[in-house]
Amino acid sequence: MLVYTVRRVLGAIPVLFLASVLTFVLIDVSGDPLSDLRMQQPPPDPSVIELQEERLYLDRSMPERYWLWMTGIGGNGDIGLLQGEFGPSTQSATYDIGENIAERLGVTLRLVTAAMVFALGLAVLSGVISAMRQYSKLDYTLTFVGFLALAMPTFWFAGIMQQAGVGFNELVGSQVFATIGDGTYQAQGLDAWGRFTNALAYMTLPTIVLMLTSFAAWSRYQRTSMLEVLNSDYVRLARAKGLPNRVVIRRHALRTALIPLTTVVAVGMAGIIDGTVLTERVFQWRGLGEFFIAAVEANDSFALMAWLMLSGTAVIVANLIADLLYGVLDPRIRFE
Amino acid sequence: MSENKAPTASPRTDAESVGGAERTQLQMITRRFLRHRPAMISLVLLGVITLAAFLGPYVWTWDHLVHREIPPSVPPNADHPFGTTTAGHDVLGQLMRGTQQTLKVAFTVSVLGTVVGSLWGATAGYYGGRVDALMMRVVDVFMIVPLLVMVAAIAGSVRGGTTWYAVALIIAMFSWAQIARVVRGVVLSLREQEFVEAARAAGASPGWIIVRHLLPNAAGPIIVAATLLVAVAILLEAGMSFLNFGIQLPDISLGQMIGEARTAASTRPWLFYPPGVLLVIICLTINFIGDGLRDALDPRQTMGRR
Repeated sequence: MLVYTVRRVLGAIPVLFLASVLTFVLIDVSGDPLSDLRMQQPPPDPSVIELQEERLYLDRSMPERYWLWMTGIGGNGDIGLLQGEFGPSTQSATYDIGENIAERLGVTLRLVTAAMVFALGLAVLSGVISAMRQYSKLDYTLTFVGFLALAMPTFWFAGIMQQAGVGFNELVGSQVFATIGDGTYQAQGLDAWGRFTNALAYMTLPTIVLMLTSFAAWSRYQRTSMLEVLNSDYVRLARAKGLPNRVVIRRHALRTALIPLTTVVAVGMAGIIDGTVLTERVFQWRGLGEFFIAAVEANDSFALMAWLMLSGTAVIVANLIADLLYGVLDPRIRFE
Repeated sequence: MSENKAPTASPRTDAESVGGAERTQLQMITRRFLRHRPAMISLVLLGVITLAAFLGPYVWTWDHLVHREIPPSVPPNADHPFGTTTAGHDVLGQLMRGTQQTLKVAFTVSVLGTVVGSLWGATAGYYGGRVDALMMRVVDVFMIVPLLVMVAAIAGSVRGGTTWYAVALIIAMFSWAQIARVVRGVVLSLREQEFVEAARAAGASPGWIIVRHLLPNAAGPIIVAATLLVAVAILLEAGMSFLNFGIQLPDISLGQMIGEARTAASTRPWLFYPPGVLLVIICLTINFIGDGLRDALDPRQTMGRR
């Protein structure tokens, strides 16, 4: 198991490296970080542009810039991913990319974790119920809801939920759901219970939005794999032995039927990250989504690289965890 | 994306293919598809929407641009059935243009992504071994970057406005990997079969075998994946337009319309809801069509009656 884990981690390194090259090159060729400065009217002094070019390492060739970005060797000490420096930002001379990410990570992580936990729980539940009552009204309803959720643009649904939250607040005459902001500032100075209720008010709507797509996809998978298991010989045997239905479902069928889901969840990570950007935008959370949008708008290539490396690593780690979970859920699988 | 593979309950497990030994495979597939009611309804609905979007502008008075004669911020009425924007657009005109652009992007992405993905996946699967390992590593790279974000990052830094084909190209560049994965899986099992062996013995080149033998036999999964890619592309395009990194004003897409109306959902709901509903209907119909195609093309149903 340990050997397997180590080998998987080592195997992820070239993929991450390739991804970094790909994104670096694409971001580099797609835009000029100084285009806003160059277009300025009246035109800025050439020395200003030169100074910026030097600060952002634009006076070097692209391969050299990549090398600097990765290792920091030969830079001004403000660059070098391997040394924990993400590079200078175009947004301002004092904008620290690493610091900003660290500040916002918690906000986004809170949203992602909550959404994933609820989406998974509900998906397993609805998938199993759907499979056990195949072709019933309930099954059809859940299927249709799933299809609808998959066809729904996240940000549009987010807008609707926001409207619904505002409407609900007006109806009951009190601020039950917070529809704007992430609540970080409002939580300052509150006790534990106050913090919890505050977070609940702010998180409910965005969490529902973010979990919707994942829930829909995962419950479909869970239904399929549950159906497959329910028709297998060993479940029939367990039934024939006269085991109570509850035991058959829980101990025999569900355990096996959960295995395919782990992979699907891991692959879905990238989609969830996409979802956070849209959800945070609508609900105006100061999380990594906002960091990303600001980086694109400012043509801040080093900030974008930092963001993409972080999300890429998250996806890879999720895949690794999924593979390891495979072994826990299914003793038939052995890691050589 | 990940949700592609989830098969849905076909309302009936059909036994309609009894008899008719003379029928060709294509006829059987068509028959099965025609009997899939949700898919058929979806096909008709999608056809109607497409026709309306592309032919409607020839009939309707207003296009998607600002006109001085259009009164600003008017709710739906006889002159403007979907109301008008603050700037003085006719929303119906915008909806038709927006649907057009959205569909154009989606179908272009689907075609490009499918061609590249199938060739890539089939080549990897056919050669296997080191070639396969290397090629699939590249696919892995594309699978770990969050698509929407990557696409938005690239499009956001393209200056001077992104046109619909630029958006389509950028999305296609990132969305072929899923298809490659599907096709590789199918080809891996196909390449061990006798007809490939026979072709190889007859001296066929690898390129010929891939294009003439492997890809046609993988047509079923490829068609289904291509269909679902349309829906994926629509949601991607909508997402990036919403973030304002996609198609730029004065041109318009459905996602951009929602983005523009984001803050007006309560004050001018006619700007916010119609483009969203239209997007949902389009994606929903495409998913149902994909579902119907999957049922119709399922090799498990065809095998016994070749």
